[in-house]
Amino acid sequence: MSHPGRVHNPSRYVVPSLDEVLSFTGSAVAEAAQSLIPSASETLIDRSVARMASSYDYDDASLDSRYPRPPSAGQGSAGTDQGYDPNFVPDSVKTFVVHLYRHIREKNVYEIHQMYDGSFQRLSDRMFRECPWPSVEAIAPYVDNDHVFCLLYREMWFRHLYARLSPTGRQRVESWDNYCSLFSVVLHGVVNMQLPNQWLWDMVDEFVYQFQSYCQYRAKLKNKTEEELQLLRQYDQAWNVYGVLNYLQALVEKSAITDVLEREKEGLEQFTATDGYDYEGGTSNVLKMLGYYSMIGLLRVHCLLGDYHTGLKCLAPIDISQQGVYNVVIGSHISTIYHYGFANLMLRRYVEAIREFNKILLYILKYKQYHQKSPQYDQILKKNEQMYALLAICLSLCPQNNLVEENVNSQLRDKYNEKMTKMLRYDDEAYAVYDELFTYACPKFITPSAPVLEEPLTNYNQDAYRLQLKLFLYEVKQQQLLSGVRSFLKLYSTISIGKLAAYMEVDEPTLRTILMTYKHKMHAIDGDGKIIPNADVDFYISEDIVHVVESKPTKRYGDYFLRQILKFEEMIGELDRIKLD
Amino acid sequence: MGREQQQVSYTVEQLVSVNPYNPDIVSDLENYVNEQVSSQTYSLEANLCLLRLYQFEPGRMSIPIVVQILIKALMAMPASDFSLCLFLIPEQVQMEEQFKTLIVLSHYLETARFRQFWDEAAKSRSILEVVPGFEQAIQAYAIHVLSLTYQKVPRPVLAEAINIEGLSLDKFIEHHVANSGWALEKSHGRSQLIVLPRNEFNHPELKKHTADGVPFEHVTRVFPILS
Repeated sequence: MSHPGRVHNPSRYVVPSLDEVLSFTGSAVAEAAQSLIPSASETLIDRSVARMASSYDYDDASLDSRYPRPPSAGQGSAGTDQGYDPNFVPDSVKTFVVHLYRHIREKNVYEIHQMYDGSFQRLSDRMFRECPWPSVEAIAPYVDNDHVFCLLYREMWFRHLYARLSPTGRQRVESWDNYCSLFSVVLHGVVNMQLPNQWLWDMVDEFVYQFQSYCQYRAKLKNKTEEELQLLRQYDQAWNVYGVLNYLQALVEKSAITDVLEREKEGLEQFTATDGYDYEGGTSNVLKMLGYYSMIGLLRVHCLLGDYHTGLKCLAPIDISQQGVYNVVIGSHISTIYHYGFANLMLRRYVEAIREFNKILLYILKYKQYHQKSPQYDQILKKNEQMYALLAICLSLCPQNNLVEENVNSQLRDKYNEKMTKMLRYDDEAYAVYDELFTYACPKFITPSAPVLEEPLTNYNQDAYRLQLKLFLYEVKQQQLLSGVRSFLKLYSTISIGKLAAYMEVDEPTLRTILMTYKHKMHAIDGDGKIIPNADVDFYISEDIVHVVESKPTKRYGDYFLRQILKFEEMIGELDRIKLD
Repeated sequence: MGREQQQVSYTVEQLVSVNPYNPDIVSDLENYVNEQVSSQTYSLEANLCLLRLYQFEPGRMSIPIVVQILIKALMAMPASDFSLCLFLIPEQVQMEEQFKTLIVLSHYLETARFRQFWDEAAKSRSILEVVPGFEQAIQAYAIHVLSLTYQKVPRPVLAEAINIEGLSLDKFIEHHVANSGWALEKSHGRSQLIVLPRNEFNHPELKKHTADGVPFEHVTRVFPILS
């Protein structure tokens, strides 16, 4: 972006080379990127391809439940049939882009946010419910053909398309190209604007979402037309997993965000206090914030691949026990905790997962009313429900006293009381419930490898999910006998191995194995190799006698008093400020 | 030779943390797996990185390498490294005989069925003897689980868990009495009792009540008020 007042000369703007990213992703990406910027005539070809493509069954509806879908959606690009003219720019759009462009040049973050969050949604609702926004070529003249603004506009254009319509194969590839160009520009440090955090988060979030969506799309080969298969062959570098991961990694590294966070801990830098903005100096927050959000993006991608350990490592620089920039935008807050909790669940660190789910569910309970009008509201609700399901799973595998706050607990019981009772029984019905809840709440796992585009063409988009589900249920099965032990242990303070074996109707050696399994499963190993006890009921064996130890719920007096002191101090301050007439 | 080896592993670890999403490092990582096996070291990060790259390009997967990674992961128990690795290996690959055997072995260890484990391990010696230190690692895991569970463990239970009997077991116990804080006791009428070292898991009174501690930074927030 140029300085305000100076007209940006498009002919002198050199498209930055991708050499930095080339070292990670290979030259094929660059080639694809260069060749994919569509010309006006190509959009006409797009529409005929889109019409042919719209016939196949594409349950993107199940993937993108983020936005309420108008009834005609799901029939492919139905909008394009209804006389959509990509070159027609209604006056309201003209005004929109002109004002947005000006606000960006003037670095008026507040106004940008109003337009991005408010006007864009309103215009989409009013005029673009079932068709895309005008093409970028059509609006470019109104914004001095500014290269970067056009990239931003196209990003929003594609996001709108994904939300309201079904993107074609070609459009998916074009969107990838747009992200490549946009991120390359940012990585080369040539952007000079400040954008609202909501927008920057949405960019990263959408990037990962479109990647996930593309993996699902290209794993369903059975009903693809020859056209589509040809597209997959030709643009085989689009949305390749190396590219996606390396862009996110490059953003994290180039922004030096981990250093920023380290220095902040030592008081040498302001970051969280200003939400990442630079109010005084006006330097661009774009690279920094994209780097920050990319850490969450990496956590998400690794969860989609089934690599939970590395995902958590990517998130490690962000301290989620503290307030931080990650919880400024509610979407990023929820996404962070959801994936963090899920990763911990798969790593068998149940107590950690329960703790974090509890905090966020309480937060959503308190504050969701303020987001009712926001376009993210449905997604917030969906994730809320999914996290209750995950919480139910965690508490069934690892019962706890007093880790779940009262209101959250009553919501949980409302939704899942019956299912949780079933899960504790560990019979066939129990596995069905674990299966159901896991399937409902898990991320949409992906197969990252390139498709084999030869006969026989199959749909293998469910393979990744099936593997994770199978391994999860395997773990559940291994804990099958533990709940029986737990209920017996709760009844006694001491009991001999012989007697307990008789009650449980197993022989003594088997009982010993069960007791050892209980100990092993209830003591997770954290990232540093420390042993973390998870059990609410514990025991030890001395020769032949089992001694039961019930852990008393620890009342956190210290924390409680601190909170109350601060609260009352605040109240006293407020009362002091009231002047009585 | 030792110093050279150290240099190689330093570079591989760096590769994994700086440039992990890179198909060109596959052979480095494979060599590193072989090195971990021969020098009895272990790196979860590097092995996960390799499994990920195999996931991205299934054609390059080397079954023997994956088998070695899984055996190393088994040796890392009680950490859940084995399941972490399984999450990254496609289902069809897991159907191969060697993997099925390893999964069964892991199952026995996870459910503390040591007798069945050692029986099965004996049958699968050909797969397992590739990795030196396997037996010792599993014995260490068995002792870990026993230490969580027992203050005093009967000798037969210990014997079954670590698959040592008779004179060798006597020697083993002697060694740990001398070095690891074990003790011996006579139980009424029956066999020996091995008294395991006290820790917070088999002696609950040792558990530190850290939950009620308050981090210092939180307390500093009230200093302005208190003054």
